[in-house]
Amino acid sequence: MNGVHDMGGMDGFGKVEPEPNEPVFHEEWESRVLAMVRAMGATGAFNIDTSRFYRESIPPHVYLSSSYYKKWFLGLEENLIEKGYLTREEVAAGHAMQPGKALKHGKFDLGQVERIMVRGKFGRPAPAPAKFNIGDRVRAKNIHPTTHTRLPRYVRGHVGVVELNHGCHVFPDTAAMELGENPQWLYTVVFEGRDLWGEDGDPTLKVSIDAFEPYLDPA
Amino acid sequence: MGPSPPQRALDRTGSLRLIFRAMSQDHDHHHHDHDHSELSETELRVRALETVLIEKGYVEPAALDAIIQAYETKIGPHNGARVVAKAWTDPSFKKALLEDGSKAIGTLGHVSRVGDHLVVVENTPARHNMVVCTLCSCYPWEMLGLPPVWYKASPYRSRAVKDPRGVLADFDVNLPKDMEIRVWDSTAETRFLVLPMRPAGTEGWSEEQLAELVTRDSMIGTGFPRTPGAPS
Repeated sequence: MNGVHDMGGMDGFGKVEPEPNEPVFHEEWESRVLAMVRAMGATGAFNIDTSRFYRESIPPHVYLSSSYYKKWFLGLEENLIEKGYLTREEVAAGHAMQPGKALKHGKFDLGQVERIMVRGKFGRPAPAPAKFNIGDRVRAKNIHPTTHTRLPRYVRGHVGVVELNHGCHVFPDTAAMELGENPQWLYTVVFEGRDLWGEDGDPTLKVSIDAFEPYLDPA
Repeated sequence: MGPSPPQRALDRTGSLRLIFRAMSQDHDHHHHDHDHSELSETELRVRALETVLIEKGYVEPAALDAIIQAYETKIGPHNGARVVAKAWTDPSFKKALLEDGSKAIGTLGHVSRVGDHLVVVENTPARHNMVVCTLCSCYPWEMLGLPPVWYKASPYRSRAVKDPRGVLADFDVNLPKDMEIRVWDSTAETRFLVLPMRPAGTEGWSEEQLAELVTRDSMIGTGFPRTPGAPS
């Protein structure tokens, strides 16, 4: 979706402000949110792409004025409500009012903590040969899906070169909508800075994205 | 640290007490860029959600505590620093690392398990690498820990792909004018770790000594390793 989360190349957000000796969490509630998101993901209530889509779907003015973990919280709450794991009445009351829904992988308990400290595996067997070879020139499609996509706006329509082939991965665009893993070839595609940003762009800049095959046309 | 179990397992009488406690705590907190009222409201909502998840039998509270503890203690830039130091001292490891980051790090043992799809990119005198996630916050957690706030915030995400030298200036980092700058936008499940250049004056140093020079930002590409003798 063409949401405000897709912010590569936007102006006006000001300086980057590094914080010396930054703590892992600034507030205790942030750590609870992180833990709840990881735990509920591990129960099978949602996949990682669905949780990203819920964060992207936060209204732009709320998205921009919320801290990072606030966005995680808002996305998590909405996701769980829409998927029927809890109700608005329950979160308003702060108490369960009806029994829980069955979870694909069962309750998240202590025995599962170790498992989630390693990233999931997203590589999948290839359903078809790769269309592109390293060194091929490709054009990022000019597409504007209203659902989740990992093709940022700032490369759409531009020509780049395939630099790496990462094999076949779960396709976030369908996974986010719970329409299946639909594995696709994944490539690192590199663009010249001036192709993206025009003649005033930094001539020493190259930018790459990781692009799934359905995002690309031969150029 | 998580709230103590009695706070978490609230009954209806308990929730009122909790609200007052949370509000009084807020007055003593130093808040960063959060609005005061937003924070207290958020804190209450987070606790309400957690209570519902527990009461519905979805999560065990102790398991949430354990996740937090793991993120606070087990992962962090010390993991990435040891990988970089090893690459600086062991050419065959460096070669393997650049070919397949996940596989090479898996052979080290000190990072017990590393996820798939880690790509290590090498800084050279001709090229500087910098990593961003314009869409959200993708970051090599196992190597660097949870990302800092600036990495996840709008200024870095918006500018890194368009004006990386301007971003680097915010970190007091200046690159030679003709040096290529390569920005890796982490738009999929691949994760990128920058292998910075080894500082001069470290000939004969041990891996442990070298690891002390490797900063988090030098592995994101928004900084350089410390130089020998500089204050850490």
